[in-house]
Amino acid sequence: MKTLKTEYLIIGNSAAGVACIEGIRKVDKTGSIAVISDENIFNYSRPLISYFLAGKVKKRAMPFRDKKFYSRNNVKLVLGNTAEKLDTKKRIAYLSHGEKVVFNKLLIATGGSPIIPEIKGSRLDGVFAFTKFGDAVAIKDYIKKHYIKHAVVIGGGLIGLKAVEALIELGIKVSIVELADRILSTTFDTKASGIIQDALRKAGCNIFTKNTVAEILSKGEDKKVTSVTLKTRKQVPADLVITAIGVSPNIQLVKNTSISINRGILVDEAMQTNVKDIYAAGDVCEKNIPIWPNAFKQGRIAGENMASGNAEYTGSIAMNSVELCGIPTISIGKTSLEQDKYEILEMRKKEESIYKKIVLENNHIVGCIFVGDIERAGIYTGLIINRVDISNIKDKLLEEDFGVLALPEKYRKHLVGDVGLEV
Amino acid sequence: MKRIRIDEKYCMGCRLCEVHCIVQHSKTKNILKTYMGEYPKPAPRILVEEKGYITFALQCRHCEDAPCLDACMTGAMYRDKETGAVLCNEDKCVGCWMCIMVCPFGVISRSSDKKIASKCDLCMGEDIPVCVKNCPNEALKYEDSKD
Repeated sequence: MKTLKTEYLIIGNSAAGVACIEGIRKVDKTGSIAVISDENIFNYSRPLISYFLAGKVKKRAMPFRDKKFYSRNNVKLVLGNTAEKLDTKKRIAYLSHGEKVVFNKLLIATGGSPIIPEIKGSRLDGVFAFTKFGDAVAIKDYIKKHYIKHAVVIGGGLIGLKAVEALIELGIKVSIVELADRILSTTFDTKASGIIQDALRKAGCNIFTKNTVAEILSKGEDKKVTSVTLKTRKQVPADLVITAIGVSPNIQLVKNTSISINRGILVDEAMQTNVKDIYAAGDVCEKNIPIWPNAFKQGRIAGENMASGNAEYTGSIAMNSVELCGIPTISIGKTSLEQDKYEILEMRKKEESIYKKIVLENNHIVGCIFVGDIERAGIYTGLIINRVDISNIKDKLLEEDFGVLALPEKYRKHLVGDVGLEV
Repeated sequence: MKRIRIDEKYCMGCRLCEVHCIVQHSKTKNILKTYMGEYPKPAPRILVEEKGYITFALQCRHCEDAPCLDACMTGAMYRDKETGAVLCNEDKCVGCWMCIMVCPFGVISRSSDKKIASKCDLCMGEDIPVCVKNCPNEALKYEDSKD
């Protein structure tokens, strides 16, 4: 059995894994680093797969760090290999190809796996998940080989809708099936969802809400998908089906070890698990909000701490930015609460598909939605993260020229303190 | 590392910095052609904020702990090794607007064709950024930062 010895072992090579390399190297320039990835591509950005499917981004533009990144940081990259077993006492990871890796510090950044709905017919040809580069390649191949006129996307969340957008781009007629009463129900309120739904319908999509796919069907003995039957017994044509109902943490590796898990891996503020020197970051963690910036930040903090740094993860708020049908949208924090304890500020320009909403709780912003006009949205993110009292600027928050000048003086000074701005 | 320092008390709100920034980031770098011949019209990467007599010009602060770097999913946003500036590789940017979502200064915007992120690049290649060079009242200065 081949044995590899390394100071740092990182399992997973997406946002958290790569950020961890950067975090380690910030503190420790020389300690040996090995990265294990079950995929066969040296690096790529997962959120770009919808752009790849649509043909907007070529394969060579998929990496978010170049090839030299690994050699420059003196990282041994092991591709197409899975960590299958973990001995937390002896600090050994056993790989699927028979090798073992002896490590001193470990980061588990194995991400999440798509939840495949248990529907009859979900194993038919032409039914795909949509989270990895391999999925996008397989879908592309399938579209090339077969005449695809209709597609059904199960799940109207972010991943599902980015798939929808790519399929529209390819000239395919798409039907979206969503369990909730509207698409993007976890990040948007009804008005924001409505604007995007209208735009999708205008682009030729069918949207079925409060509905599910009961069965995926093929014709006769053929294994190729041809249609789906909805819960409401409606038959919808489908030469291609993409399932995007969510992801769950990839915790296979740590099951039956001493590492504490619930739905995901439990970590402290340093991103360390209950086992000393074993860290976890990104979508594999419990209660993580699965978005790129969070995974990246957690990975970097874990890396710094693995290299005896002293970084702390102070938590994060749900936020997302996505452009659909040419309409940019950003949602931050709590967005669709209608209870009395929240105060809502709103602005709507119907003809331009512009909608802005700010949710206030005790004179603090706790959530925002921006549709159609996202300029300077980050200022609001800053106000939420820094828990700034906005009582004195409440009336200015939705003004056209709202900016740094309008911010409370104390916060403005805090914001610009070290960066050379005397305002 | 050199940074642009903003001195609000000297800013007259003349917006010459915006004009020169637009020209500097235009195809021709010629003020007449920029305004009359280029479509879409290039947008400034500096923004003058104004309320009554208080005005100041604001551009990317090239933060030491820059949230846009963590948020960028394509690797387009990067820190220049030599200058420490936060720059956007326009070939890599796909316009996901994560950077706009996290920048607390609100100084990253959509390019005028709305396809990629647009931000201050400290006029890479110039000795002094054009906004500083052309500020008539030294409200903008190019100075060594503390770090």
